[in-house]
Amino acid sequence: MSNQTLTDTGDLALANPELVELEVSGLTRSSFLLRGALAAGAVYGVGAVTPFVSQALAAGSSGDVEILNFALTLEYLESDFYNVKGKEVHLSGTARSYAKLFGEQEAEHVKALTSTIKSLGGKPAAKPTFAFPASSQSSFMALASVLENTGVSAYNGAAPSLKSKEVLAAAGSIVQIEARHAAAINLLIGKSPTPTQGFDVPLMKAQVLTKIEPLIKK
Amino acid sequence: MSSTTSEHSRAGEESPPQPAGIVERLVRDDVDRKRFLKMAGTAGAASFGAFVLAACGSSTKTSSSATTAAASTATSTTASATTGDIAILNYALTLEYLEREFYAKVVASGLFSGKVGSLIKEFGSQEATHVEALKGAVSKMGGTPAANPNGKFPITSATQVAGLAYTVENLGAAAYLGQAGNIQSPEVLATALAIHSVEARHAATLGTLVKKSLTPDGPFAKPDDMSMVLAAVKPFLA
Repeated sequence: MSNQTLTDTGDLALANPELVELEVSGLTRSSFLLRGALAAGAVYGVGAVTPFVSQALAAGSSGDVEILNFALTLEYLESDFYNVKGKEVHLSGTARSYAKLFGEQEAEHVKALTSTIKSLGGKPAAKPTFAFPASSQSSFMALASVLENTGVSAYNGAAPSLKSKEVLAAAGSIVQIEARHAAAINLLIGKSPTPTQGFDVPLMKAQVLTKIEPLIKK
Repeated sequence: MSSTTSEHSRAGEESPPQPAGIVERLVRDDVDRKRFLKMAGTAGAASFGAFVLAACGSSTKTSSSATTAAASTATSTTASATTGDIAILNYALTLEYLEREFYAKVVASGLFSGKVGSLIKEFGSQEATHVEALKGAVSKMGGTPAANPNGKFPITSATQVAGLAYTVENLGAAAYLGQAGNIQSPEVLATALAIHSVEARHAATLGTLVKKSLTPDGPFAKPDDMSMVLAAVKPFLA
């Protein structure tokens, strides 16, 4: 990389696959899980908001479980997309390393949401069977962009309805990752990393379902 | 909250909104909030309410400006929610002022051109829309928007600047995440979330440019609290 001028993202190796893979393999399974547990449970404010939390859990846990199960379905979708479909489609280069890294991270989101739902006394939604209309790297990445950007909007739309601050913390910690995925994929396929400019547009559940229902096999 | 200062004995509301004073006030706010939450946690809900009342000064005066805040039942709770949200919004506003100024200086430096140059320009103008949105939100809640602090940023080379931008955006994303659970009003929360994920998009984009991780925290982003963030931005205040 030039020290003076950066002119083209193409010159800059959009991602460094070696680095990305190193980071993934450098983390052990248990440290992944530990991070998940930290994020879902104890990250911040949990002790601080104790006076609210017990009330919130009592008042709103059924609503929160419903929202979490909705999020879980989206994460199942993304996880299967990268981890199952991503292996059927021939991917190479940056697309391949993104699919690997993002697939790992979506799988962690599935685990964290599943355990959060259980800790609230809820029943985790069953994993649907999906069908992804993608047969090439370009159609795969185009669909990845739709899924990740929809994911961001879905979390942003649902989060203000969450009653529990702990659950909100977990959702916030996940949506930030979805946004990072979305930006990287968009950049890779020549789209704007910020497709709705300065503010991500929230989507309500019904709007999200309209987008993802074609991907769910009955 | 429209702050005629003398009625608020706590949380630094007495400081006029001057550039350096804002951050100092925010630091004190954070310390006060921690002390207050710790106390609330140990003392239980009943005295928690009483403490809120005491901490907020004349809560009846401020409650009228809180009509848009979260559906709270008690007047005192509603007033304190507004106070807290305004402080959080002003904290976010201070960070956005700094980001906007940083990008403006980077664009003016001419270190970036072509595709990267337009991304940098775009991010800068998005930070400017964040500034406007947050100022609007503070005013809408009856508060006084924080003044624009003067920043100072080392700008030496494209590589150094891109690295700094990556650090700054990751910090911004962590700062928003750190406040999500403290925000009372669903409207304010929705605004913060809409900005939070854009900061994350900026951070990831810059990560690709500087060949650093898109997701430095792994699958779950970590929040930063106010005092951590303010300590981190201190070197950038003129």
